[in-house]
Amino acid sequence: MNIIRGKVWKFGNDVDTDVISPGQYVASPMEELKKHVLESINPEFPQEVRSGDIIVAGSNFGCGSSRETAPAALKALGLGAIVAESFARIFFRNAIAIGLPIITCPEVFGSFAEGDELQLDLASAKVINVTKKKTLNAQPLPDEMREVLSKGGIVPLLKEIAREKA
Amino acid sequence: MGMTLAEKILARASGKAEVRPGQYVTATVDLAMTHDAMAAVALILNEAGITKVWDPDRVVCLLDHYTPSPTAQMAEARKLVENAVTALNIKNFYGQQAGVCHQVLPEKGWVLPGQLIVGTDSHTTTYGAFGAAGTGIGFSEMAYVLATGKLWFKVPETIRFVMSGTLSPRVMSKDIILYIAGKYSMTVAQYKAVEFLGSVAKEMSIASRMTMSNMSVEIGAKFGFFEPDEKVRRYLSTRTDQPFELVSPDEDAVYEKEYEVDVSNLEPQVAFPFAVDNVKSVSEVGAAKVDQAVLGSCTNGRLEDLRIAAEILTGRKVHTGTRLLVIPASAEVYKGAITEGILHTLVDSGAIICPPGCGPCFGAHMGLLASGESCIASINRNFKGRMGSPEAKVYLGSPATVAASAIQGRIADPREY
Repeated sequence: MNIIRGKVWKFGNDVDTDVISPGQYVASPMEELKKHVLESINPEFPQEVRSGDIIVAGSNFGCGSSRETAPAALKALGLGAIVAESFARIFFRNAIAIGLPIITCPEVFGSFAEGDELQLDLASAKVINVTKKKTLNAQPLPDEMREVLSKGGIVPLLKEIAREKA
Repeated sequence: MGMTLAEKILARASGKAEVRPGQYVTATVDLAMTHDAMAAVALILNEAGITKVWDPDRVVCLLDHYTPSPTAQMAEARKLVENAVTALNIKNFYGQQAGVCHQVLPEKGWVLPGQLIVGTDSHTTTYGAFGAAGTGIGFSEMAYVLATGKLWFKVPETIRFVMSGTLSPRVMSKDIILYIAGKYSMTVAQYKAVEFLGSVAKEMSIASRMTMSNMSVEIGAKFGFFEPDEKVRRYLSTRTDQPFELVSPDEDAVYEKEYEVDVSNLEPQVAFPFAVDNVKSVSEVGAAKVDQAVLGSCTNGRLEDLRIAAEILTGRKVHTGTRLLVIPASAEVYKGAITEGILHTLVDSGAIICPPGCGPCFGAHMGLLASGESCIASINRNFKGRMGSPEAKVYLGSPATVAASAIQGRIADPREY
């Protein structure tokens, strides 16, 4: 979980939850929902994204709704991580809550081209452009969030709580 | 050193004497709100083996997004929620008849100054109009809250918008928040708390404050406060027996930044597709034809919103090329609009009256747009694909601008009426 490596897809600023997870499909089964992720701004993405790929974005990624289907559908497509200059807060929390690695890295957008290889080290908060051999500093995740991520999200945490109560 | 509203509430809820921005705290929430998302939350609880809610009396649930159930599949989801609230002993369940959560919870007296409230909806910031720290969370975090009553929070920096001057006739609080988004961008309050204050805030109705608190999430905010005052006490006096205090920020509280907003010469504002901060004054819009006009939502579906639309539409007709959908935010609003004759006026003008709920705002049902169509709406978002086809355009405006535009079949200036 601490080291993640994958090919970069780039998106710009203010990528909102309606383009990530359109309202029309929010209540659809995940198999259907994931086919429409980001399609209105990059129609190839849902078909072409491969397991382990990483999104690099500008500022305010995930702005808008609290719909957890937004990070969940990206995770269902196999996305390995999201690295952006900044995130909208609910999206950020939701990604952690479902165990999708996510980190804020203020200089990331200009440092990567589409298709570059990115390596993310969550423990040291380093983002490396393997293709261009460049290392960037990201904003470290607080311990609470890294713990949730390391367990795979909130559901495994809740299972522990349920076992303790039983 | 003093504390802002956000700091005071998070300190109290986490059992600390004081907290500072940047600090992480684990707080006990005062209230948890879920809507149709309860279906997903219930599935998570079930998967995790959680069978009891930490305190069912602190949970409120209702159905507003897919109301009435538009498909057999969504009817199954409704049934799942109904069964879940029964199994979890959540008695505060309003079903499909009450209206939009952010209108219903205040109406039913659930939202009190100083509370920490989480909801499975980004517009939970609306409760800031009552001095409550309301904020949106996802399904998994709500499952965690229902199991434990607790959640971690980062204490946010607070910024202030000091509003002075006098609003012109037909210019509304919606225009102020759109202006703020346009001038300072949709990230000006990212991960921050906002306090709206000044003479304009003091004079503003509860409903108008709710519009601005609601849309504070559109500028990135975690909370969107107005300092609670006697208007809040009056509003709540017939709605709750619970004791509460009118919590206020300390005079020596530290703010990250303060913005002055003079509303005196403010024109009606319109947010163009596909971003809430893509804002122009109505006089700069030009000829923008609209196929649909939507009046409603948790942002602007209250009685004062329907009232101003009815004033504008009295004796006038909706343009032949335009559909005007009216969605009262709640059953209480609906009844008030019947009593005042507002619905009579709107129906006479050619409006389509929909049942209380979210309507087409989030793009699932009841008035979606076809490709190539345009809509002016009193809602909160105009993202690509927000209200149906990704090839449709949504413009945001005030209820007055929506009504004027419905008459002219293009985006119009409500000050003409």
